[in-house]
Amino acid sequence: MGLGLKMKIQEMQMVMQKHHVPVALRMHEQNGSQKRKYTLIQKNRALIPLFLLLWILVMFYFCCNIFNKMDADAKVRRKEGLESQCDQRARMLQDQFSVSVNHVHALAILVSTFHYYRHPSAVDQETFAEYTARTAFERPLLSGVAYAQRVVHSERERFEKQHGWIIKTMEREPSQLRDEYAPVIFAQETLSYLESLDMMSGKEDRENILRARATGKAVLTAPLAFRSHHLGVFTFPVTNLSFLQSHETRKATAGYIGGSFDVESLVENLLGQLAGNQAILVNVYDVTNSSTHLIMYGSQNEKGDMSLVHESNLDFGDPYRNHTMICRYHQKAPTNWMALTTVFLSFVILLLIGYILYGAGIHIVKVEDDYQEMEELKVLAEAADVAKSQFLATVSHEIRTPMNGILGMLGLLLDTELTSTQRDYAQTAQACGKALITLINEVLDRAKIEAGKLELEAVPFDLRSILDDVLSLFSEKSRHKGLELAVFVSDKVPDIVMGDPGRFRQIITNLVGNSVKFTERGHIFVKVHLAESRKPTMNGTCETYQNGETDEVGHISGGCNSKTLSGCEAADERNNWDNFKHLIADEEFLFDGLVKKVASSECYEQVTLMVCVEDTGIGIPFSAQDRIFMPFVQADSSTSRHYGGTGIGLSISKCLVELMGGQINFISRPQVGVHFHLLQTLDVHKIKNDVRADVRSSSSLRSQPCVMKPVELLHEIPLTRLVSAKCNTLKAVVCGDVYSDYSADMFRERIMVFGRGWSFNIWQLDWKKNGHMLKIPQMILLATNISNAEFDRAKAKGFSDTVIMKPLRASMVAACLQQVLGMGKKRQLGKDMPNGSTFLKGLLCGKKMLVVDDNIVNRRVAAGALKKFGADVKCAESGKVALEMLQLPHNFDACFMDIQMPEMDGFEATRRIRMMESKANEQLTNGDEHPHLPILAMTADVIHATYEECLKCGMDGYVSKPFEEENLYQAVAKFF
Amino acid sequence: MREKEKERKEEISKMDVVTQMQRQLIQYTSSLFQEGFLDDQFNQLQQLQDESNPEFVVEVVTLFFEDAERLLNELSKSLQVEQESIDFRKVDAQVHQLKGSSSSIGAQRVQRVCIAFRNFCEQQNVEGCLKSLQEIKQEYSLVKTKLETLFKMEKQLFAARGSISR
Repeated sequence: MGLGLKMKIQEMQMVMQKHHVPVALRMHEQNGSQKRKYTLIQKNRALIPLFLLLWILVMFYFCCNIFNKMDADAKVRRKEGLESQCDQRARMLQDQFSVSVNHVHALAILVSTFHYYRHPSAVDQETFAEYTARTAFERPLLSGVAYAQRVVHSERERFEKQHGWIIKTMEREPSQLRDEYAPVIFAQETLSYLESLDMMSGKEDRENILRARATGKAVLTAPLAFRSHHLGVFTFPVTNLSFLQSHETRKATAGYIGGSFDVESLVENLLGQLAGNQAILVNVYDVTNSSTHLIMYGSQNEKGDMSLVHESNLDFGDPYRNHTMICRYHQKAPTNWMALTTVFLSFVILLLIGYILYGAGIHIVKVEDDYQEMEELKVLAEAADVAKSQFLATVSHEIRTPMNGILGMLGLLLDTELTSTQRDYAQTAQACGKALITLINEVLDRAKIEAGKLELEAVPFDLRSILDDVLSLFSEKSRHKGLELAVFVSDKVPDIVMGDPGRFRQIITNLVGNSVKFTERGHIFVKVHLAESRKPTMNGTCETYQNGETDEVGHISGGCNSKTLSGCEAADERNNWDNFKHLIADEEFLFDGLVKKVASSECYEQVTLMVCVEDTGIGIPFSAQDRIFMPFVQADSSTSRHYGGTGIGLSISKCLVELMGGQINFISRPQVGVHFHLLQTLDVHKIKNDVRADVRSSSSLRSQPCVMKPVELLHEIPLTRLVSAKCNTLKAVVCGDVYSDYSADMFRERIMVFGRGWSFNIWQLDWKKNGHMLKIPQMILLATNISNAEFDRAKAKGFSDTVIMKPLRASMVAACLQQVLGMGKKRQLGKDMPNGSTFLKGLLCGKKMLVVDDNIVNRRVAAGALKKFGADVKCAESGKVALEMLQLPHNFDACFMDIQMPEMDGFEATRRIRMMESKANEQLTNGDEHPHLPILAMTADVIHATYEECLKCGMDGYVSKPFEEENLYQAVAKFF
Repeated sequence: MREKEKERKEEISKMDVVTQMQRQLIQYTSSLFQEGFLDDQFNQLQQLQDESNPEFVVEVVTLFFEDAERLLNELSKSLQVEQESIDFRKVDAQVHQLKGSSSSIGAQRVQRVCIAFRNFCEQQNVEGCLKSLQEIKQEYSLVKTKLETLFKMEKQLFAARGSISR
């Protein structure tokens, strides 16, 4: 088996691996579709560094452009500055020059006026020198002026005589013979060396003079080469006004005024006045002869910044001569630091921005990658979780199968003859096995819940009968422990609700089982009411509680003072007895309207039920209260040592409750008890009358679990109600401890039910005290646990031989009452009842049973077994025969059906029987329904699935084949 | 006196015989249980027998014999070698019947072979089926003889008791 299991596990792992691949694929597909939804960033992750590079390049280019532009701007500005400066200089020079020329013109007029119009001349050398010296500031460009008179050759001698010197040439030699001469007669002191020199003797001067005479305007010489080109001479004709009329300039010319201008010093002076002189290098050229530029100012060697040159034309008023001024900067253009810094900084900033974007991109990619990875991991983890649960479910199932074998074999072993030691061992092994299988079932349940495999049913079920079942399940245990176990279901709770009865039963069983396990004394009380109805009572409750508290002070005597079911203190103090009475009273008050309410309650779609399970056990320590619902957690490790169990029950309960959409919670006081309360919203089953009646009759008696309370307390209202509900023909009063003031009314009742504690005394009373006593009522003893001796004593006192055993179950009470009143069939309830076999006999005695089995031996054995318990057994060898026998109306009380039969198997037969029943019920609408026939499956394989199948096709339960007493009892007890 | 004594002695000897027979019966029964021919179900069957139904066990076991023989015949027919195709479903159903019957009377060994047989059926293993059929027949005849012996012993015991009480 171990090998087999291992193989199974491997198989499963393989399956899981196979399973993973599609999961992963699916995931990738999802990612693909998700990616498209994402930004571009992730898609183009490879391009991110490229983008960075591109960004850097673009930004570099951009910055270079900016730099160039700025540089060009600066250059343009520089150029413009140069131009404007150059032009300014040129203009100034020109202006100064023209001013000088104008002045020389004025001088010429002066000379012509005062020298020629006056006789004798008003001007002589001294005057001229004086005048010119004093007006020199007017001619800033000229270093000096001189006046040369035009002397024709014929007048030479006279002229020489007049002046007392001979005309000399430039070389200071007596002039040779010429047509005319132009000796200087007046000169400024700076040019005094020119006196008597013939200006016509120099070639250039002569040309000048001739040109000036021809034009009548001032003319310039080229720079004088012998004086380092810096000096120039200009000549201005002086007209003799007497000749002017003839309009012949040549003839009118009487002499010439000439001035030498020292371009260099003058320009120097001029420029010195201007700002930025140092920065600019100025050259002035005479460009009359376009091939050779004669430099007039500035040094040829000084190169300056050759890259930027500006040329301005100079017009000195002589159309024959052209001059230019060339300017350039001294120094090369300085590096444009500002542009450079600006560009560099902006480049750095842009670079940083780029890097930040790059980093952000990388980060986004990383985060998204991580996110996807996590998604993948999440999917994997979920898959693993599901796989784990599936694995657990499968393995649990696999374990369960051989475990059933082990248990079965142990059962068989126990039936063989064993020595006491062997029997002990075997019994221990069986007990352990049973515990193990319970645990496995629980683990399986949990695993199923986690794997999401658990499907909740939504079928109509009777809450009360489920509680009844649970109660009966624990009645033995609680009786053994001496606990009060009671159930109270509020009348407002609808009869039939929709839900999963199995799971609901499981939850309640878990809770009650826990309570039974952990409670040594006191009570366990299950209470069901509507959550809405709790509210109004709560208000009343608080009051009573306060009242009750003051009352209680007087009542306190000994340990047990709380007014709870058993008198033990309960965890939730609001749930004391007074409170409960209020609740009941409240409902009693509404009882009249109950019929209406029932009718109206069918209009509710949903009801919220509050199920409370209260015990007086050890409670849950505060430290453990928050993890009590976790699987495999018990309050502490010592708990499992003391009480056993694994602590999975509560966690399953919680899972189930949550699965059903409810809530579970608890209040606990250590050493006092626990109070679990469960809020569950369930759909109300809207039922037609006939169906409801059907369901009711199916449980043979309306199951109304009722509350039991200490007999010391008054008003067994629920029991009263229960009894009257069961047996409408009866009027029942259940009385408490009114033994001192029992009234005559009491004796009109036919039944009295007494608690054990005090009832033995009551019969010392004289029944005939009142005189008109008619009949001694039937008396029934109510007990939790009773010994035979006690029972005999009670009998002797006049009690009927029926004991109502607690916990009270409706069906049982009804049966007892029926028996006591001699109604119905004779039953042997009573002191033998705790014994299953005899009880079974009581249950089955006189019942008509149908056994359907194709196997004659089986049939015979089953019939024999049932006959042994007093049943009247009929047999059918096939489903068909059974169907015929069960044609309505029939008088069978139950049917045992084999499942595996040829032709028509048990499932099919059951289905047909159910169909028949419902058809018949439809036809009979007058309220006289055919009862629901309990059908129990007989099967050899006790697999859960088979059981479910049984329930599905309308069976009511199953018994294992061959019959076991216990099993049979459990199955049958539900119906009878 | 002598006669009386003789009678008494005879009675005592008869009593001895009865106790001996009883012991034998018990021994035999326990041996049947120990050897695994029978299981607890047989005990239960015996418990079902009471005054109202004194022949219950014998009745049931006889029913079993009849049923089993019928089934075994049918099985051997179904599993005849000459047959071309064997209807395993039918065989399975028959074996199931036999299994049910045997488990009902507690003929454990037969039941076990039936289980094996059904497995072979499931696998459609003809050889296994034939082998199982042989085994079943063997086990059946064994259990039959054993049970018959048992009943015989019981009968004798009953008769002996009856003679005493008389």
